[in-house]
Amino acid sequence: MVTLLTTVAIFVTLLSDTVAFFSQIPVTEFLTSTNWSPNPAGGGQVFGIVPLVIGTLTVTITAAFIALPVGTLTAIYLSEYATSNARSILKPLLEILAGIPTVVYGYFALVYITPVLKATLFPEISTFNALSASLMVGIMTIPMVSSISEDAMSAVPDDLRQAGYGLGATKFEVSTGIVVPASVSGIASSYILAVSRAIGETMIVVVAMGAQARMPAVQELAFGIPFVNPADVLLDSGMTITVAMVQIAGGDLVGGTIPYDAMFALGLTLFVVTLVMNVFSDIIAQRYREEY
Amino acid sequence: MSNTDTSDSLITTDVETGSNDRTAPSNRTAVAARDLNVFYGDEQAIDDVSIEIPEKRVTALIGPSGCGKSTFLRCINRMNDMIDVCRVEGDVTFGGKNVYDADVDPVALRRKIGMVFQKPNPFPKSIRDNVAYGLKIQGFDGDVDARVEESLKGAALWDEVKDQLDSSGLDLSGGQQQRLCIARAIAPDPEVILMDEPTSALDPVAASKIEDLIDDLAEEYTVIIVTHNMQQAARISDRTAVFLTGGQLVEYDDTTKIFEDPEEQRVEDYITGKFG
Repeated sequence: MVTLLTTVAIFVTLLSDTVAFFSQIPVTEFLTSTNWSPNPAGGGQVFGIVPLVIGTLTVTITAAFIALPVGTLTAIYLSEYATSNARSILKPLLEILAGIPTVVYGYFALVYITPVLKATLFPEISTFNALSASLMVGIMTIPMVSSISEDAMSAVPDDLRQAGYGLGATKFEVSTGIVVPASVSGIASSYILAVSRAIGETMIVVVAMGAQARMPAVQELAFGIPFVNPADVLLDSGMTITVAMVQIAGGDLVGGTIPYDAMFALGLTLFVVTLVMNVFSDIIAQRYREEY
Repeated sequence: MSNTDTSDSLITTDVETGSNDRTAPSNRTAVAARDLNVFYGDEQAIDDVSIEIPEKRVTALIGPSGCGKSTFLRCINRMNDMIDVCRVEGDVTFGGKNVYDADVDPVALRRKIGMVFQKPNPFPKSIRDNVAYGLKIQGFDGDVDARVEESLKGAALWDEVKDQLDSSGLDLSGGQQQRLCIARAIAPDPEVILMDEPTSALDPVAASKIEDLIDDLAEEYTVIIVTHNMQQAARISDRTAVFLTGGQLVEYDDTTKIFEDPEEQRVEDYITGKFG
């Protein structure tokens, strides 16, 4: 009940200030402008969400490339291969990883990951860059994927594994052909939760990615399909929707000004995206739920 | 009656004493154990068991709970390997080869020995995929659909499911699920089928269908069945092995002999319900 009320209250607050924002800034400018400069001091104020969406997508997709495969393989290892001793050590260890404050992750990315990337793979990388922040967000969400997926795999009845072994399946065949398909709804839920978490992640990104709402150069691939060079996005700084909100909130804010209202418009955007993802996750869980 | 005309004959202690076979005696041995001892940690589950199980017959293993009959069954296809504390001494031979030899791959062994479990355990996949699973992992390159049909017919399930092969195996009733598991076990065409109390989770009607099926299966396969139900053992098996507490094989003979005139007093007591 309390959580429901809180949710409704947040939604109403977001909505009212968002309506105020859109009464001054047209929705089309918000959704299509490629320039985000909310600060009235430096020239004209423009509120275009596109560079922020690009920043958020960059972080989310890159983090997912790390967290989903690594998390799934970790879950398979823990559930199917690890001895009970190894599991009893590794599982709490992974859960500790989930408990580290994200600001610590952020500084770790800035102080360790970026220099390593600069020294090895990408000498041209800038101090604040999307890549190290995204890698860090990915690492941070691994335990979320592995823990929930492992729970789902452990819930698969042993009968099914026995049936597989009885037919002459190898351990690998049982893991990938029986256990994973039988727990696919739990695995999918863990993916969506992890992606939601990556979309909303703020602190790592503020610290390691810089806070420049930079619009990457858009080329035309073919047939009018826009194309953005990944290196251009990943190796340079950028800004996500969450960081833009932090930046506005961190300035000298006067309630009722346009930047103040813009913060709520961004918040509502995020809220809608994560809500849609959670609903989607529930639908998947329902659709693929198995009664054993 | 010894196994004279077979090249893979096995030396075992002669426990066959019966003379009133209800069917023609089998003269080939499918599975045999010699001086088999199994331990779970310090606990002895099987105590010096030697037995010779004939080919294409139904052999029942009966006895009270905890007497080692399921453990014995699981030694045959090395399902006990997955239990860390389980230790096996002695020989179990299948086709003349000791399955515990270092060069025997348990995965390959289990492809020749099908298994049906106590609780029906179809995979959460379609009926077709359930039956085809063993074929898939064994790289079967023939006509899978034909083999699925043949196996479902062999398990007396085809007529009930032929129009819903793509629906989930979990949508079937318990008895149908168990017959699906039997179809899944026979699809890769094993030589032996092990059944671990296959009807104990089923209602009597479903159980009697499985019993009829076991009778038919013995035409093509060697069936070794663990059961708690002595009437069931008497009805369906050709040979019966009685295990009593402590993992000892007390008596092994033709089923009629065991149930009508057992040698051992303890067996008679168990069968008539005085013990166990």
